[in-house]
Amino acid sequence: MKKIPCTVAATDSIGATANRLHKAFHLLLTVCCLLVSVSGQVPYQRLVSADSEPGNWLTYSGNYQGHRFSPLRQITPDNVAKLRVAWVYQFKSIGRQETSPVVVDDVMYVSEPPTRVTALDLRTGRPLWTWQRQQARLSRTLGFGPTNRGVAVLDDMVYVGTLDCWLVALDARTGAVRWETKVEDNGTGHSITAAPLAIDGRVIVGVAGGEAGIRGFLDAYDAKTGKLVWRCWTIPGPGEPGHETWSGESWKNGAGPTWVTGSYDPQLKLIYWGTGNPGPDWNGDVRQGDNLYTCSLLAIEAVTGKMKWHFQFTPHDVHDWDANQVPVLIDADWQGRRRKLVVTANRNAFYYVLDRETGEFLHGIPYSKQTWAKGLDAKGRPIVLPGTEPTIEGNLIWPSLQGATNWFSPSYSPVTNLFYVAVREMGSHYFKGEAEYKAGQYFTGGGERALDGDRAAGWIRALEVATGRLKWEFRLQSPPWSGVLATAGGLVFGSAPEGNFYALDALSGKPLWDFQTGGYITANPVSFLIDGRQHVAIAAGQGLFVFGLP
Amino acid sequence: MNWKKWLSLSVLLTGTAVFVQPVSSQDQISALTADDLKKGQQIFTSQCALCHGIAGTGGRGPALNLARLRRASEDSALFRIIKFGIEGSEMPGFWPLSDREIWQVAGYVRSLGRTEAEKLPGDAARGRELFAAKGCAACHVVRGQGGISGPELTEIGARRSAAYLREALTDPGAAVPEGYLVVTAITRDGRQVRGVRVNEDSFSLQLRDAGNRFHSFRKSDLSEVKKEFGASTMPGYRNRLTASELDDLVAWLASLRGE
Repeated sequence: MKKIPCTVAATDSIGATANRLHKAFHLLLTVCCLLVSVSGQVPYQRLVSADSEPGNWLTYSGNYQGHRFSPLRQITPDNVAKLRVAWVYQFKSIGRQETSPVVVDDVMYVSEPPTRVTALDLRTGRPLWTWQRQQARLSRTLGFGPTNRGVAVLDDMVYVGTLDCWLVALDARTGAVRWETKVEDNGTGHSITAAPLAIDGRVIVGVAGGEAGIRGFLDAYDAKTGKLVWRCWTIPGPGEPGHETWSGESWKNGAGPTWVTGSYDPQLKLIYWGTGNPGPDWNGDVRQGDNLYTCSLLAIEAVTGKMKWHFQFTPHDVHDWDANQVPVLIDADWQGRRRKLVVTANRNAFYYVLDRETGEFLHGIPYSKQTWAKGLDAKGRPIVLPGTEPTIEGNLIWPSLQGATNWFSPSYSPVTNLFYVAVREMGSHYFKGEAEYKAGQYFTGGGERALDGDRAAGWIRALEVATGRLKWEFRLQSPPWSGVLATAGGLVFGSAPEGNFYALDALSGKPLWDFQTGGYITANPVSFLIDGRQHVAIAAGQGLFVFGLP
Repeated sequence: MNWKKWLSLSVLLTGTAVFVQPVSSQDQISALTADDLKKGQQIFTSQCALCHGIAGTGGRGPALNLARLRRASEDSALFRIIKFGIEGSEMPGFWPLSDREIWQVAGYVRSLGRTEAEKLPGDAARGRELFAAKGCAACHVVRGQGGISGPELTEIGARRSAAYLREALTDPGAAVPEGYLVVTAITRDGRQVRGVRVNEDSFSLQLRDAGNRFHSFRKSDLSEVKKEFGASTMPGYRNRLTASELDDLVAWLASLRGE
């Protein structure tokens, strides 16, 4: 395996001719090797500088900023039509494959349900090791089903959350379990499907369980020992700010799950993480108030776990419009001055621009059909239209329960300065039902009946970052369940439920290449180098497909 | 996403493949109160009647006002079907309903079976003769015999209500089954092919023309795809059958239950 710090040092030294420099090189090499042995193959600084080594894909989103953007530019609009399958890895478990591979120094790490991790030789797709958690097979997965979206790497460890709600650290070279920590009780519907986020000495992990009436939280664990460092509750307890937004004892089962991987600003040392629906989902009668901090974006101090600010997209949500999307961190000019922004296309059909230092709302605009709000007020709070709540008879509202987008990733290209998002344009009849909490059972209070078939549509949309205005759109046959990847080569890769994996022109949306994988696609694409040549990968059906130029 | 895919997804979402709770049906329905049945009726009317008809008389889905339900002779089976759906069919699982709500719906469905079943006015034997005489078999398979342009009818009586069958005969465009959308593909060089849509994705279209030939198109090669929602390749029989003939044909189709 490559040792990046050593490689950099060697490159710097090759041109030196003096013995003095030669000795210095050897000294540096020794120090670097010591650092590698102490810090492992992926020290924190490599993750911070992930954009500087585009041949790898080091985190869930490719970088801490949640960009899902590849700086690689070998595959272009001119040659993308020549893409061919390089290899296919067949998953070992039948189920919904949502993994986003992580690529480190010629090894690819993939996950699959119930909770299995496999290290693959990047050149051939041949397994190097595999690990499976046996207990996960019988786990409660109320409201989502068994799946796993990926792993995190830090130093010489691979971290994965399990369906039975444990966090496990595996040796990156062998898959041996270094430690495992119980995050919460799976019997109450707590589960982990998201890839963890590894930062400086800590592993951040969120939980699913929004349909089981859990009390949501985000945890940080010591990366070396698995010991809990902090827990940030998404539902405030008695005496905590925001507790007054819950009537009676409803906060105890208020949900607010954290089931999609967040982003991180290493300079501000702030973690950005979305929260899900309040419980019960569709019957808000028993939880009067705004129900903080559900359907919100949280900025959490990485060191202390304290919430620095929050922004709630959908106060008192009754449509299950989780804010569990990847927040995208962008530094950009905003009305004449440089600002640190966080942008997101929310499940509620609005696109938001916030100041990520303060949480200040800067701008918001619909990016898909919606029939529930007149718009947003000056502070970004939705102006909810009357008569849009679920009813016993059913109430037709856009977007559907699954939202205008969902957990699958958006992408930001610093080359085009566009935000790309896969859009589900679909309405639903929302029903209100009874809601009685019983531990480990559904706590939903209603349901939906979606408008399906030709009454629904899917889109890939390119939005201007600052304004959210539509730059272009590409029509899909049906609402997608998969994310997008923009590349510096000028392409946007995406997928469709019918099995198509395709490339669009990043500037115009024009389709340039497509491939029928034969399987339902519910995953995010990634890009990396194999032997110096750019490849892209997507999980489709029961296979992981890797494409490259001939 | 079509209804079947929604079903598949909903089954995946429920996690039923790996975690199926045991269902205790003993006395669950007999213990229901009048208020429970009223609640069950409310849920049924809002969430089930679209397919099964108000009062369970059937429609897109089978009639449920029967003393014996083919797939749910036991109450526990009825519970499971409501909760998890029927794999490979258009029946989705209603996992967001609480167990109590599912029993309320199940109780209401059972109460429908205690009412008098619909008596059809026609003569099924005469309907069978009409089916042959009018040439219906040229397009429909029944028990292994017949043409393939239209849907197979061997179990149609178990899947569709008599009212739906009557409408399908008199106004076929109002009751187009899934997989029979009429489309016209127009190529960039002006060629037109009309048929039923067999499949479609974001980049391609497959259809079957009136001669049952398959055609496959890349959408980039087409200038337009016309979709004729509300149209059917089947002729309407409103003016081709007398009222009593229509009754007879409906009676025979309703008797086709795959048994």
